[in-house]
Amino acid sequence: MYAIIQNTKISENVGKVVIEAPYIAQHRKAGQFVIIIVDEVGERIPLTIADADKEKGSITLYYQIVGTSTHKLSLKKEGEQLYNVAGPLGHPTDIRNYGTAVCVGGGIGIAAVYPIAVAMKEAGNYCINIIGARNKDLLILEQELKAKSDQIIVTTDDGSYGIKGFVTDELKKILDSRKVDIVVAVGPVPMMKAVSELTRTYNVKTLVSLNSIMVDGTGMCGGCRVTVDGKKQFTCVDGPEFDAHLVDFDELMKRLNTYKDQEKESFEKHICQLEKYHGR
Amino acid sequence: MADKIPRQKMPQQDPTKRVYNFNEVPLGYDEKTAVLEATRCLQCKRPTCVDGCPVNINIPGFIKALKEGNPLEAFFIIKQTNTLPAVCGRVCPQEDQCEKLCVLAKKGEPVAIGNLERYVADYEREKEHYPFQKVKAEKGKKVAIIGSGPAGLTAAGDLARMGYSVTVFEALHKAGGVLVYGIPEFRLPKDIVQYEVDALKAMGVTIELSRVVGTAETVNDLLSSGFDAVFVATGAGLPLFLDIPGENLQGVYSANEYLTRSNLMKAYRFPEYDTPIVKGDRVAVVGGGNVAMDSARTALRLGSKEVYIIYRRSKKEMPARIEEVERAEEEGVIFKLLTNPVRFIGDEKGRVEAVECIQMELGEPDASGRRSPIPVKGSEFIIDIDVAIIAIGNGPNPLIPKTTPGLDTTKRGNIVADPETMKTSKRGVFAGGDIVTGAATVIQAMGAGKKAAKAIDEYLLTGVW
Repeated sequence: MYAIIQNTKISENVGKVVIEAPYIAQHRKAGQFVIIIVDEVGERIPLTIADADKEKGSITLYYQIVGTSTHKLSLKKEGEQLYNVAGPLGHPTDIRNYGTAVCVGGGIGIAAVYPIAVAMKEAGNYCINIIGARNKDLLILEQELKAKSDQIIVTTDDGSYGIKGFVTDELKKILDSRKVDIVVAVGPVPMMKAVSELTRTYNVKTLVSLNSIMVDGTGMCGGCRVTVDGKKQFTCVDGPEFDAHLVDFDELMKRLNTYKDQEKESFEKHICQLEKYHGR
Repeated sequence: MADKIPRQKMPQQDPTKRVYNFNEVPLGYDEKTAVLEATRCLQCKRPTCVDGCPVNINIPGFIKALKEGNPLEAFFIIKQTNTLPAVCGRVCPQEDQCEKLCVLAKKGEPVAIGNLERYVADYEREKEHYPFQKVKAEKGKKVAIIGSGPAGLTAAGDLARMGYSVTVFEALHKAGGVLVYGIPEFRLPKDIVQYEVDALKAMGVTIELSRVVGTAETVNDLLSSGFDAVFVATGAGLPLFLDIPGENLQGVYSANEYLTRSNLMKAYRFPEYDTPIVKGDRVAVVGGGNVAMDSARTALRLGSKEVYIIYRRSKKEMPARIEEVERAEEEGVIFKLLTNPVRFIGDEKGRVEAVECIQMELGEPDASGRRSPIPVKGSEFIIDIDVAIIAIGNGPNPLIPKTTPGLDTTKRGNIVADPETMKTSKRGVFAGGDIVTGAATVIQAMGAGKKAAKAIDEYLLTGVW
């Protein structure tokens, strides 16, 4: 049903997969996501649609190999099938000509920020994009994004590439030097929180795309609930994007830790099985 | 004398053993017991039991065939009006429907119609495996059904039999709606649901899985892309929360999430299956309906030592089926009645570790006719827990109403539809089941699916709205 057209490892822990999914390719908009299931016993994992090709009927996803599901995904070869791909899900980004837009992507979040940056540029915004990661190996989509940016800034925490430092340091410089009309940030929760706290002091409208734990992705289970402006919101159907200045990031961070122990247990079992079957 | 034979009991798994497995609890009749129970039916000239059945099964007819040794014929009789007999035989509240109106009920022991229906359906599935014929879509018209729960599947079956080309759009990766994500394996084995779905597919119904109508294509898109009518059967898929402090702590679930993880994603077989679920020694389930009982009994099977049902009224007001309450009690679920949670308390890592409750007393009857619970001042107390499950009901899923202009909804967000024809305010669009009525039973949703199919047929034949 959902053939893998291409699946490549970009670095040790980051993969890029192109999947045949014509319906999703046809309808997806920037900011939307899919839920995939790798195999029959797999979990439902939400991944942002980084790119799509309407003519070829394919979508592109980036994933960080962090546990059983993403490791299994990384083992899938061209021509093999995914058990399920559902989407497009969630609200598209509110794309408009705001004036100057700064899109900030951290780690695997760069994949989520990429289609938004492209759409912002196409809508006529002056687009400054800041991408960052812990190190060079975790950086993705730099060249693709460069082609769509008026200005691009790259940072790494360890200085192995680009500017040594955090994306927020660079964002601050921009906010100090010019008028910014909108900031979109996607990345690890601490990064989004830091961006949010920074832009709040400059009073710049900021959107974040949240990566809550999800099951169905259609508003049915409420597992992805977050507190936004003191109210319960479901990331899957009310989001995934929210006004950063209203999001309770600390609560989100705690909820993301819910399955830490089980994820470890599952991954150990998965690796153990692999070793059994492949003698590795 | 038929009425001298007592109502035949269905054997069940021993409560002390069944809490360690997810296998079905009631074990079904054997042939001898089924025929014996069938002989109890008086074959009334004017069978009142049928009036109690939302899908109007010819009850005396199928029981007669069974009694005469023709279980397959009995199956066909049921299947004429009921797309999901193996499901209904298990989860219908017969005590409030057909069996309530059985003439023998006056003497206290109605014919066990539900048990017989289950026997007949299981006989066909296990022994005969009758190959279903593809029905030709000779009417040349297309109907889209959104949602593959009981309402959607019933409408699909009826419309296919009438000769329509039917496509069912399902958001999840398996068909069945609440039958696969909500009702646990020990009450309704999932291969049974799949069997009924496969029968529909064999008839020619197309089921498009993982297709969420509303996030890309909308109802209007379906109408303009060749579907002559749309039936919205998206159910009550929006979990309600208590809105008390601590509800977003780790380990606090909506019943929908808890049950979906366990049932649909098979988290009860983790780590064989990849989806995790928080297990804990002490679990509190808030609510008094069937979903609360399902959640509590699931928690026991996941290895919890103490499972509480926290319910703010008394047992008498509980909306759950008596049978379900009894089974939960047999299995050791502890009922904290006239009790209401006030807040959840977490540890430093944000995991739930306790729930603070308050005692309630019953006051005057409220709008629902049940006596309304009032908190008793100063009666707060704490229960230590590792997991909490909120099972206080579901609202309508807003996706379709929000994306379909011209579709009227109630204040609560339910779609407004005529109770007889299921017609909505929008031409060509019908709606039924929980999305219209609010959370109800499987069979009520099936009844709505049946009415909708009839009305859609009429609309497509006459063009009259």
